Amino acid sequence: MKTKENVLLNIKNLHVWYKVYGGYLKVLNGVHLMVREGERVGLVGEAGCGKTTTMKSILQILPPGEFHIPQGQIFYKGQDILKISFKELQRLRSREIAMIFQDPTAALNPVFTIGNQIGDVIKYSAAFEENVHKEKIKTLSIKVLKEVYLPDSERIYLNYPFQLSGGMRQRVCIAMAISSPRNLLIADEPGTSLDVTIQDQIMRLLNEIVEKRKTSIILITHSLGVAKEMTDRIYVMYAGAIVETALPEVLFKNPVHPYTKGLLASVPKISGGGIAKGIPGKLPSYLNPPSGCRFQPRCEQESPICSEKPPQLFEIEKDHLVACYLTQR
Amino acid sequence: MRNSKQLNNSISISLVKPKSIFWVNLEKNWYKFSRNRLSIVGLVIVAGIIISAIFAPWIIPYPEHTGPFVDFENSMQPPSLQHIFGTDYIGRDIFSRVIFAFRGALIMAVVVLTLAVPPGILLGLTAGYFQNTWIDTIIMRITDVFLGVPPLMLALAIAAVLEPNLMNSMIAIALTWWAWYARLVYGMSSAISKEYFVIAAELTGANKFHILFREILPNCLSPVFTKMALDVGWVILIGASLSFVGLGEQPPIPALGQMVSDGAIYMPNLWWLIIFPALAIVLVILGFNLLGDGIRDVLEAGRD
Amino acid sequence: MKQATNNEILKIEKLKKYFHIGKDKKGPIYVRAVDGVTLSIKYGETLGLVGESGSGKSTIAYTVVGMYRPTSGQIMFKGKNIGIEASRRSLSSKKEIQIVFQDPGSSLNPRQTIEQILALPFRIHTQMPKRQFREKMVELLEKVELSPDYLYKSPPSIGGGEKQMVAIARAMASNPSLIVLDEPTSALDVSVQAKIINKLIDLQKEMHLTYLFITHDLSLMRNVANRIAIMYLGKICEVADSVTFFEKPLHPYTQMLISSVPVITEEEKKLKPKKVISIGEIPSPVNIPPGCSFHLRCPYKMSLCSKVDPEMIEVFPGHIVRCHLFAKLENKKQERSDWCEEESAIY
Repeated sequence: MKTKENVLLNIKNLHVWYKVYGGYLKVLNGVHLMVREGERVGLVGEAGCGKTTTMKSILQILPPGEFHIPQGQIFYKGQDILKISFKELQRLRSREIAMIFQDPTAALNPVFTIGNQIGDVIKYSAAFEENVHKEKIKTLSIKVLKEVYLPDSERIYLNYPFQLSGGMRQRVCIAMAISSPRNLLIADEPGTSLDVTIQDQIMRLLNEIVEKRKTSIILITHSLGVAKEMTDRIYVMYAGAIVETALPEVLFKNPVHPYTKGLLASVPKISGGGIAKGIPGKLPSYLNPPSGCRFQPRCEQESPICSEKPPQLFEIEKDHLVACYLTQR
Repeated sequence: MRNSKQLNNSISISLVKPKSIFWVNLEKNWYKFSRNRLSIVGLVIVAGIIISAIFAPWIIPYPEHTGPFVDFENSMQPPSLQHIFGTDYIGRDIFSRVIFAFRGALIMAVVVLTLAVPPGILLGLTAGYFQNTWIDTIIMRITDVFLGVPPLMLALAIAAVLEPNLMNSMIAIALTWWAWYARLVYGMSSAISKEYFVIAAELTGANKFHILFREILPNCLSPVFTKMALDVGWVILIGASLSFVGLGEQPPIPALGQMVSDGAIYMPNLWWLIIFPALAIVLVILGFNLLGDGIRDVLEAGRD
Repeated sequence: MKQATNNEILKIEKLKKYFHIGKDKKGPIYVRAVDGVTLSIKYGETLGLVGESGSGKSTIAYTVVGMYRPTSGQIMFKGKNIGIEASRRSLSSKKEIQIVFQDPGSSLNPRQTIEQILALPFRIHTQMPKRQFREKMVELLEKVELSPDYLYKSPPSIGGGEKQMVAIARAMASNPSLIVLDEPTSALDVSVQAKIINKLIDLQKEMHLTYLFITHDLSLMRNVANRIAIMYLGKICEVADSVTFFEKPLHPYTQMLISSVPVITEEEKKLKPKKVISIGEIPSPVNIPPGCSFHLRCPYKMSLCSKVDPEMIEVFPGHIVRCHLFAKLENKKQERSDWCEEESAIY
C-alpha cells in the first residue's frame, strides 16, 4: 500500500529562473512532483516545457551563476536537498540518485575506454563508503556490463565508445548508472536518438532493472506510447508546471486538462483516422510569461480567473490531479 | 501581435522592421560583451589608443618633437611635470613621441590586414569548398609554404633588396600574414560546405558565386573578426620588431620599436628611454587581446 | 509538362548506390546503401518509405534529388532519365524536384533572413522582377501559416516547427511537382508534428503535389502515406497500400517493426501483430549477410534463406513482398489468411 512514508522524492512548488539578457527566463513555475519507493514515474512534455530543468535541479547541475531558485523545495528522504552541504550533495549524486542522459554519445568521453569510465564511477561513488581496490573495480565493471546484456563484456571493457553502436552506448550509460545501488534513477529520454527496435530493447532493459532492484525511476519522454507502457504514474508538464497527473490507464482514457487532450489527439495512431490539428499557438515566452495559467493563451475555453493566477493541482477523482480552473466544479 | 493579411499592412511593416532589429541586436550584443569586465578594459584601452592616435598632432604637448628637433640642453631629463615620460638623448619629449608613434603602429596594422585578409579569406573559402580536388591541393600547399616563412625574416630579406621603409615592411608582413587567414577560413569553409543549407542551395540551382559568398562566407566570418582584433596587436609587435632593427618608419618619425632600440645603450641609467615605449607596446597588445576576447564572446555565442 | 505513361511521376529501376570506403585483402569494401531497388510513385500520391537507420531510405531520397549519383540503375522522372548528380541536371529538373530535410536547424542558413532564404528559389526559377518577390513571399508564408514579419527573422530566433515550415515554404517556392521529405518531423514535438503534417496534406491537395515521405515512425506513416514501402539493408521487403500494410503485414520484418510500436489506444493494441522480439543488433551495411539480408534476425528462417536472396513477388494486386515464405503464392488469388495470429508459413 502506498502511504506517505514511502515517499522518496517530493518536489514542492519549485520555481527556477535563468538569468539572461533582458531579465529572467522564468522557466519553472511551481512544479509539484512526487516519487515513491519502487515507483516508475513518467514525466511527459514537449520541448522547452522544463522537464530537463526540473531534473537538473534535483541533482543541482544547472549552469552555475546563471540560475536562481526564488522558491520551492526538493525533499529527498525527507530532507530538503536544495539546502544541503556540498559534501552531502556529492554523496547524494554518487550513492542515491543517478541520471541517464539522452544522448549516449555525448555522455561518454571519447578518449577513455569503457572500462575506464565505469571504473571511475565505481571508484568515486565507493569513495564515500570504503576504498575499493583496482581488481575489485574491474570485476564489478564487468559484472555490471553483463547485467545490461552487453555481449562479450570483457571485450567491451577494453573498447572505446566509438567502437560501439548507439544502442550499446546507451546500455553502457545505464550500466554506469546502476554500478552502485541507487534509490532513484532519472532517465532523460533514453533511446530517443536510436532506432525504434533498439529503443524498445532499452526500455525493456530499464524496466527489468527497475523491477529487479526495486529502484524508483523518473522517465522523461515526449512519447506518450512509451510512457503508457513503462510507467506507473504519468505527470504531464507544460511551460514549467505540472498540468495533470494520473495513472496511465486513467490518463489515456479520461484526460481532463485541455493540453493533455490536445496532446493525445495529436498522436498518430496505427489504426489510421488522420491526425488532429495539433494545438494552436506556441509555448509562451519565459521572459514575460502570462500572469495566470500559462496554457490560457492557447486554450479554447476561457474564464476571467484563468489570467489572474496560475491554477493549483487539485484532485478531480481518486489519484487524478489537474491544474485547471475550468474543471473545478 | 498578429499582423493582418492586408498586403498594405505588410509592406508598411517592412519599411519599419529592419532598422529596429539592428538596434535591438546592438543592446543584446553589448550585454554579451560586457559580461566580462576585462573586455571593457580592452575596449577602453583600444579606444584610448585610437583616439589619441587620430588626434595626436593636436593633443600632444610637444608636436614639433616628432619631427626634426634638437634640444641638447633639455636632453636626458628624467620624467617630470613638463615631460611626463622624460626626454630622450636629443631632448625630445618621449610622451609626445610615444603617442605619435601609435599612428604609425595603427596604420601599419590597418594596411597589413587590409592587404592580407581579403586574399586569405578568398583562397581559404575556395579551397574549403573544393576540398579534396586539385584546387584545394594547390591553394593549401602554397599556403603551407607561406606559413613556414617567419615574418621578420621575409621583411629583412625584402628590406635588403628594396629600400627599408614603412610601405615595404607592411607588404612584407602582409605576404606572410594572409596564409593564417587562409588556413582559418579553409577549416570553416570545408565544414560548412557539407551543411544541409548549402546542399539545399546547390540543389535549387544556385551558382558557385552565390554558394561561396552568400551561403558559406557569412558563416565563416566570426573567427575572422576575432582574429583580426587580436592580430592588430601582433602586427604592431612585429612592426615594433622591424623598427627595432631599423626597418619600418625611418627617423626622425617616431616608432615604438625604434625608440626602444635607441634607448637600449643608455640602460640602466636613462631607464625612461626604454620603459615607456616598451610599456606602450605591451599596452597596445594587451588592449587588443582583451578586446578580441570580448568580440569573440559576442560573435560566437550565436543562438538565443 | 510532359505526362508520363501509366501516370507514374517517378520510376526507380534496379537502383544501386554503393559507397566505396576502402579496401582489404579481398578487394575494395563498399557500403551497399541501396542494393537493387525498384519503386514507382504515381502522380498526386504520397509514397511512404520506412525503415531503420542503415536501411537506405535516406540514400534513395538523396539520389532521387541529385545529391548522389547512382552506382547503377535508372531513375525516370516524368519519362526523363535523371540518374545524374544535381550539378549536371537541367534547371527544370531542379525546379520540379525539391527536398525537405530532417533537421530544420541545419537546413536553413543561420546567417540569412527568411527573406533571403526564400528569395533564392524565386530568383533562380522565375522571371519575376525583384519587386514582386516580397508579395510572393508573403503569400508563401501565409500558406504555411507564418505571419509576414517572419521575413525579417533569422533561423536561430525561431522555433523548430516554424523553421520546418520555412523549409517547406522554400521547397514550394519553385512550384515543384515532387517533394521528397526526409523525416521532416522526427526532430519535432508531437503537437508541432500534427500541425505540420496537416499542413502538408492540405498543401498537397491545393498544389497538386506528389510526396516521397520518409520516416521511421510507423504510426505517422499510417496517417500520411497512400502506399508504404519498407526497407531493410538496402532492399525493399514489402510494398502495400497503407491500410493493408498494417492490417495484414506479410514480411516478418514488417511484423517485427509494427509489433514494437508503442501504442496508446485499445483499438491499436488489437491491430498489432503478436510481439516479435527483435534479436540482436542491426547488421551494418558493410557486412551484409548472404542470401536474404534479414535471415539472421528472422524468426521464420528456413535453410533456403541463408543461401538465396528472394525475388520481389506480387502476392496480391498492389501488395509486393520479398520473402521465400511466399514464393509459391505469386499471383494466386488466395484468401487473405490471418498472418498476425499464425506462426507457421502457409504454402
